Amino acid sequence: MRPESHHDGSLAVTVLVSVGRHPLTGRGRRADQDARGVELAHTLTGAEVELLHAGRLDEGSDAALRGYLGMGFESLSLLEQPAGADVLPALAEALEAAGPQLVIAGERAEQGEGSGLLPYLLAERLGWPLVSGLAAVEEVAGGVATLLQALPRGQRRRLQVRLPAIVTVDAAAPAPRQSAYGPARRGRLDVQAAPVMDDADMAEWQAQPARKRPKRLKIVKAASARDRFKAAAAKAEGGGGQVLTDVTPEEGAEAIFKLLKEEGVLR
Amino acid sequence: MLDILLPILIFAALALAVIGAGRRVRLWRQGRSARVPLLKGLAAMPRRYLVDLHHVVARDKAMSNTHVATAGGFVAAAVLMILVHGLGLGSEAAEGILGWLLLAASATMFVGSCFVARRRRNPPARLSKGPWMRLPKSLMAFSLSVFAITLPTVGLLPQDFGSWVLALALSAVLVWGLGEMFFGMTWGGPMKHAFAGALHLAFHRRAERFGEGNRSTGLKALNLDDEDATLGVEKPSDFTWNQLLGFDACVQCGRCEAVCPAFAAGQPLNPKKLIQDMVVGMAGGSDANYAGSPYPGQPVGEHQGDAHGPIVAREGKALVDAETLWSCTTCRACVEECPMMIEHVDAIVDMRRFLTLEHGNTPNKGAEVLDNLIATDNPGGFDPGARMHWAADLELPLMADLQQVDVLLWLGDGAYDMRNQRTLRSLVKVLRAAGVDFAVLGNEERDSGDVARRLGDEATFQSLARRNIATLAKYRFQQIVTCDPHSFHVLGNEYGELGGHYQVYHHSTFIAELHEAGRLAFRPWKGGSVTYHDPCYLGRYNGEFEAPRNVLRALGIQVAEMERSGFRSRCCGGGGGAPITDIPGKQRIPDMRMGDVRETGAELVAVGCPQCTAMLEGVVDSAAEVRDIAELVADALVELPAEHGKGQAQTARPLAEEVV
Repeated sequence: MRPESHHDGSLAVTVLVSVGRHPLTGRGRRADQDARGVELAHTLTGAEVELLHAGRLDEGSDAALRGYLGMGFESLSLLEQPAGADVLPALAEALEAAGPQLVIAGERAEQGEGSGLLPYLLAERLGWPLVSGLAAVEEVAGGVATLLQALPRGQRRRLQVRLPAIVTVDAAAPAPRQSAYGPARRGRLDVQAAPVMDDADMAEWQAQPARKRPKRLKIVKAASARDRFKAAAAKAEGGGGQVLTDVTPEEGAEAIFKLLKEEGVLR
Repeated sequence: MLDILLPILIFAALALAVIGAGRRVRLWRQGRSARVPLLKGLAAMPRRYLVDLHHVVARDKAMSNTHVATAGGFVAAAVLMILVHGLGLGSEAAEGILGWLLLAASATMFVGSCFVARRRRNPPARLSKGPWMRLPKSLMAFSLSVFAITLPTVGLLPQDFGSWVLALALSAVLVWGLGEMFFGMTWGGPMKHAFAGALHLAFHRRAERFGEGNRSTGLKALNLDDEDATLGVEKPSDFTWNQLLGFDACVQCGRCEAVCPAFAAGQPLNPKKLIQDMVVGMAGGSDANYAGSPYPGQPVGEHQGDAHGPIVAREGKALVDAETLWSCTTCRACVEECPMMIEHVDAIVDMRRFLTLEHGNTPNKGAEVLDNLIATDNPGGFDPGARMHWAADLELPLMADLQQVDVLLWLGDGAYDMRNQRTLRSLVKVLRAAGVDFAVLGNEERDSGDVARRLGDEATFQSLARRNIATLAKYRFQQIVTCDPHSFHVLGNEYGELGGHYQVYHHSTFIAELHEAGRLAFRPWKGGSVTYHDPCYLGRYNGEFEAPRNVLRALGIQVAEMERSGFRSRCCGGGGGAPITDIPGKQRIPDMRMGDVRETGAELVAVGCPQCTAMLEGVVDSAAEVRDIAELVADALVELPAEHGKGQAQTARPLAEEVV
């Protein structure tokens, strides 16, 4: 899966990394998806990889961010942001200034807002294409990257995207390498000044602990192991729904609008 | 003519030996500095040699007698030869005692060398061949020629006996002998073991292990304060100088190889080869000249290195492969068996530290286990809040509630393991039956750090250890009891360096004491024959061989001993993170151990370690049942006569303050 060559010299890659949170103990750590993004960047030959984090620097985040340095990096750029700040402008400005070809990010953060929207907002603001759920970067040549996107049930889709672009990774990307204590400890956190903008929206939101929601049981009546396996591996088949082909955008929009109303998403 | 020739030869050989010694010392001094009391060490050396070393050699009676005759004869002959033939002290008093003593010494040495020669006729596989095969001949050459040149000195032969041809031939043989014995000693021949070995004994990194009944088995802490220092051993020169000296002392007798479970299982580890590779690395070169058994599955001659090059390459080959280092179960069988007192396990863990802390290359599940330890304080990644779920119905008293008890029961990570939970429940039943005042830390307990440390992650070990020590410091207790020998060893022997000093008991020791004090009564054993498997971390690491056997005896069980038991017990394969790094071999170590059990015909193997239980129970198609000593005791419990039990229970209240 490694790209064999890049004729146009080195490839500037920036990986956006966040402070993760262990699901059981809540301890800070390198976020799993971000670490996979770092691993993906590491395996790109000829890539010059930068790590970028926007957030607070305190004892907890220091240890977590050093987890990324332990994967073999000498430094990590840190855009200092207070709690409750919208990191989007700071990241966008930093990326515009540095001008990387490829930006890799995890699908969503392990703590904080965790909406998974940041890559999209960033792509919108920078005007770059975004590809989600990446499994591998197969080749980068002539300003075009050949990507392998992970789809459900192990399917893969090959895409070509013009650089610069933002790609996000989830659990389908290769597992991150071990973070070594020595390099993690020796690595530098380069704190850089960045514009701070308060997240006015978030200040108005109310946060409460998530409740476990009831899950719909899938009742499988199967006589044999083969049937059970088929049921487990089968694609979810929607009973209703319709496939529209050769319709005008207006007709399509109309159909979607109607469905959303039916489902109660729009009122 | 010999009168002129002999002093020249002797002093030339001595001078060459001194030059060689200087070169050898320079090689050792490539290593890191280490604080060793030099004069005290030299003063203690004869005792260490004559008592401690001889004690190990004497496990093979024939070999120890051979060595006493050869080495004793040589040392005496060498000293006397210098006096008599070198300085001419014998000729003034021809009938003087020196010459006769020299004859006796060289004769003794010759007898010894005959036995060495006999051993080399059909040498066992563990012995190195190559230059070692010429050693008996060299020993004979030396002893015979010294004997012959001394005959005229004492007047048994006329001074001008024989022609100059004979004198010349004799001189030639003597040159050979002197060359091997003096020149070879410091220039890298087989006799190097005598020179390096003597100094190694004097400057040993674990001086405290010498002396009757003494042990020193805890790993030494790595200094993590210096942020810029490379952690662990990357290059041969990263070892301390006395470690390098220790490697150089190896006699290649292969006793370590014979007892190594990883070698027997066909994993790519041979402790002897590993030590020789370190010697190769120290001097620079390739392992092509190594003449012993290779690492299983790896031909000799493909690896090379030098003192300032990497031991393990990130890619390709260097001095040794990482798999070699990760095959070790840290069972210490090699260290126990080594007549030169070389510390193989220390060296292996030193190199693992580099691989884990600097390369981030702990193989297989190693990285995951270490991440779990960092995030959840247990290797399985379980919820720390679920640590006591197994005992939900037992209403175990918590230290947090009681603050002060007699016995702190350390559960270990076996609390998460369903098999070990049975052992823990049995142990609780036994403690309650004996009226022991005990409590557990509950969710405040963390992994002891054993696995992290042996996987080379010293940072996580020290972090866990310091937090455990801080927790333990909050409470008052007299002793810690645990059914996990790994926790036992770490708490008892390795926390001390970090400031935690505790009186720790393995549950078998504690149960044996309870029984001796009359606080437990057992119904007689009705089952079949039983054998006992010594856990490495209880036996070899802590010298506890008797207590488990005493408990079994008290239960009315006659232990059918395995051939390899006690200090020679074979590892179950579960130590040192070996099941986690899981280096493939030709067979599995626990299968071999269950084979040992089968040979005794026992229907049940008693164990005292959660790791051993898991490893041995994992053997398919085994005839023997695996049960922990605590389970056997709990099953055999009967009520004590009422008033007897009451009185004992009352005296069991804590009388003294805690020991911290």
